[in-house]
Amino acid sequence: MNKPIKQHLIDPEICIRCYTCEMTCPVGAIEHNDDNVVVDPEKCLFCMDCIPVCPTGSIDEWRVVKEPYSLEEQFEWDELPEQEEIETAEGEDDGMEAMDDAMAALLAEAHSGAGGKSKAPATASKPSVNLYNLGKPAEATVQGNYRLTGAESDGDVRHIILDFGSLPFPVLEGQSIGIIPPGEDAEGKPHLPRLYSVSSPRDGERQNYNNVSLTVKREEKGVCSNYVCDLQKGDKVKVTGPFGATFLLPSDPEAHLLMICTGTGSAPFRAFTMRRQREMPTRKGTLTLVFGARTPKDLPYFGPLKKVPEDFMHKIFAFSREDGHPKMYVQDQLRAEGDRVAELLRDPNGHIYICGLKAMEHGVNEALSDIARGAGLDWAAIRDEMRGSGRYHVETY
Amino acid sequence: MLDLINVSYDTQIPNNVGLSEDKKVLKALEKWHPGYINWWNDLIPQNFQESMVYLRTAVSVDPKGWAKFDYVKMPEYRWGVLLAPAVEDRKIPMGEHFGEPAWQEVPGEYRNMLKRLIVIQGDTEPGSVEQQRFLGLTAPSLYDMRNLFQVNVEEGRHLWAMVYLLQKYFGRDGREEADDLLIRSSGSEEAPRMLGAFNEETPDWLSFFMFTYFTDRDGKMQLESLAQSGFDPLSRTCRFMLTEEAHHMFVGETGVGRTIQATVEAMNKAGITDPYDIDKIRDLGVIDLPTIQKKLNLHYTLSLDLFGQEVSTNAANAFNSGVKGRYQEHRIDDDHMLKDATYPVWDMVDGKLVRHEVPALTAINMRLRDDYINDAAGGVKRWNKIIEKAGVEFEMKLPHESFHRQIGVFAGKPFDPDGNLLSQEEFDAKAPEWLPTKADGDFIQSLMKPVTEPGKFASWIAPPKVGIDNKPGDFEYVKLHMA
Repeated sequence: MNKPIKQHLIDPEICIRCYTCEMTCPVGAIEHNDDNVVVDPEKCLFCMDCIPVCPTGSIDEWRVVKEPYSLEEQFEWDELPEQEEIETAEGEDDGMEAMDDAMAALLAEAHSGAGGKSKAPATASKPSVNLYNLGKPAEATVQGNYRLTGAESDGDVRHIILDFGSLPFPVLEGQSIGIIPPGEDAEGKPHLPRLYSVSSPRDGERQNYNNVSLTVKREEKGVCSNYVCDLQKGDKVKVTGPFGATFLLPSDPEAHLLMICTGTGSAPFRAFTMRRQREMPTRKGTLTLVFGARTPKDLPYFGPLKKVPEDFMHKIFAFSREDGHPKMYVQDQLRAEGDRVAELLRDPNGHIYICGLKAMEHGVNEALSDIARGAGLDWAAIRDEMRGSGRYHVETY
Repeated sequence: MLDLINVSYDTQIPNNVGLSEDKKVLKALEKWHPGYINWWNDLIPQNFQESMVYLRTAVSVDPKGWAKFDYVKMPEYRWGVLLAPAVEDRKIPMGEHFGEPAWQEVPGEYRNMLKRLIVIQGDTEPGSVEQQRFLGLTAPSLYDMRNLFQVNVEEGRHLWAMVYLLQKYFGRDGREEADDLLIRSSGSEEAPRMLGAFNEETPDWLSFFMFTYFTDRDGKMQLESLAQSGFDPLSRTCRFMLTEEAHHMFVGETGVGRTIQATVEAMNKAGITDPYDIDKIRDLGVIDLPTIQKKLNLHYTLSLDLFGQEVSTNAANAFNSGVKGRYQEHRIDDDHMLKDATYPVWDMVDGKLVRHEVPALTAINMRLRDDYINDAAGGVKRWNKIIEKAGVEFEMKLPHESFHRQIGVFAGKPFDPDGNLLSQEEFDAKAPEWLPTKADGDFIQSLMKPVTEPGKFASWIAPPKVGIDNKPGDFEYVKLHMA
């Protein structure tokens, strides 16, 4: 059996045949007859140049297929075929999150804790993916590198700002980018990119600047984390991406977000919070953050977080090694806030996001399950329903 | 080094042409700028000028990041001068200079011809904004209002594009022509716009959609031909304009489509199967299909007139000199010089319509019009799919190109929409079945009531399938200023 592949298609019901995509395509993969504009699966390189120039949104359609639809078939269509049920191997995603097998596999692994196929929130903006890849990376310049953890902490978590200059790099909150560390691995092959979730909103770390920030923890012997944590202002970095098409922020102002994280898992939530602050600064009572770390000194962004007004975002911290206090983990705090959490589980606008180390998954899942049971709800059913409607998201590593 | 991809904001005028280092042109443009802003401010009703509109602004000519969407007050829109990136070693793609390097400066012998083409193109851009100036007051939704304003600000930018070429390459006369573009005005007695179709009022939204579908499509064909020009700055300007123009086609095609959708849905709901049961259908608050057909007939035929005479020595000269090409010149497989080629054009022989071969060089207009007709037919097919899907028996048709024409071989001759020549009396008797009457106009006008609640639409038009910039259905595309 052939391995399923991704195919780029154009929705004939929405396309108006302006041929702007055809004129933009650098490899001549797009053509038309009197009825339809179609993409040649033999030629398309997924460079995505055609996506932003389309005036209709009809261009951004993808199907996983065993056999690509031929040009002749596409010319005949009055409407786009449904995605056929195609079985992928256990734990393997269909690759739509990244359009790049290696990156898609990493994301599929990170999202596996959701217990099924993740979907983007219905009102999320449409993400761009894989604009830059290993063969054609973007080059960014380091604008700054700041230590986030206190001097006394033995953890070294850093806030790194990358500037893309004049290069378009549209990235949404919750998406990740790949960093290619220089040098080669033990086998003499160039290193593959490592994925980092951006911690800045779509319009820039500094508003209306073409820059993004990352939140990176130095790992002992970590090839890429040490490279990133040691970057100096002015250094040039090779970047791929953006990646990720499901762990995204809903645009709906009514959406109520419960964000649960530990350590650098806070990166996407910093981006979510900043986006909300910039877009809907007066919206109250729709954000809840549960954030775990060993001590306040280990908690990235502890200072700036405390300044976010409580009525804009309800903040709950869980410290597991704070002197003079009992050990507290995020699941303990979730239980303590059980009523609030149960309310969100019932709310059709409720969204849950979990981000951090793999180890947190189990405890959080147990806590949510207990809270649901206590409220007379079936957690497994709610979770599947929420995931299916793009309201339950897990990204752990 | 100059950054020719991204827009520079170091002057008042965003640009990717290195304006800050081109003092003379910068000064000329800055002098022209206040007049343009006055023109804009006098045009659009004040409360819309103050409203926040969710617009896209071109910020780069790189396809990956070419535009940004955000709320903008229209007078603060960053109209700029943007040219598609230069193609290295570009050659003149047609005419007697075929294969020679493209001109970076205006060749003296073609100066007047080029200037005239640029002025005509430039004149249509503000003309359409003037025609549509009051439509905001009756927008059927905030979504449609936003699309109208998007079209308007981009037509404004296209005026900038032409003015830049005039001021940069045509010296003193260029500057005078640029000033005149702000003096002429659509429908004016003393100084009307240059082309007839741009002096007709756009009285209602169906007219606007028909206009953006049919008349802007003529603009698209003209831009496509000018994008082939041997004069490289004109070619690059037009190539970038086409990216924006595509949205205008979109507004027209989906606007008419959504109008039809609302009609057939209402008919089905009310159990009306006869599309000619006009009074009953109109009572549902939608526009009956025969009336939509009449509007189509009118706008299509007015737009055909924009292509000029079928046989034209001006067009032949423009092609031969390498100033203006054919639609998709690069895809045509011939010598690109039309040395011995012929092309069939319409003619009247003994009162009968015939097509006969003439030298292809003289038939450039006819060929472009044929390409246009083919291009325009695509949307009509889609509209008919909507009708067919709803199970209504009716078919929209492009009338024969001899019908209702004012320019060319058919001018003033009483042909019916199937291309049969009638007597003037017969034609006059049937005309109300083919072209919108005053009563039709009054009825459409009666439906033009503004709807300004986010996510809501007037009865006569269906919501779009996809939001702009993937926004949800109830997105507030325009935050209206309440005086």
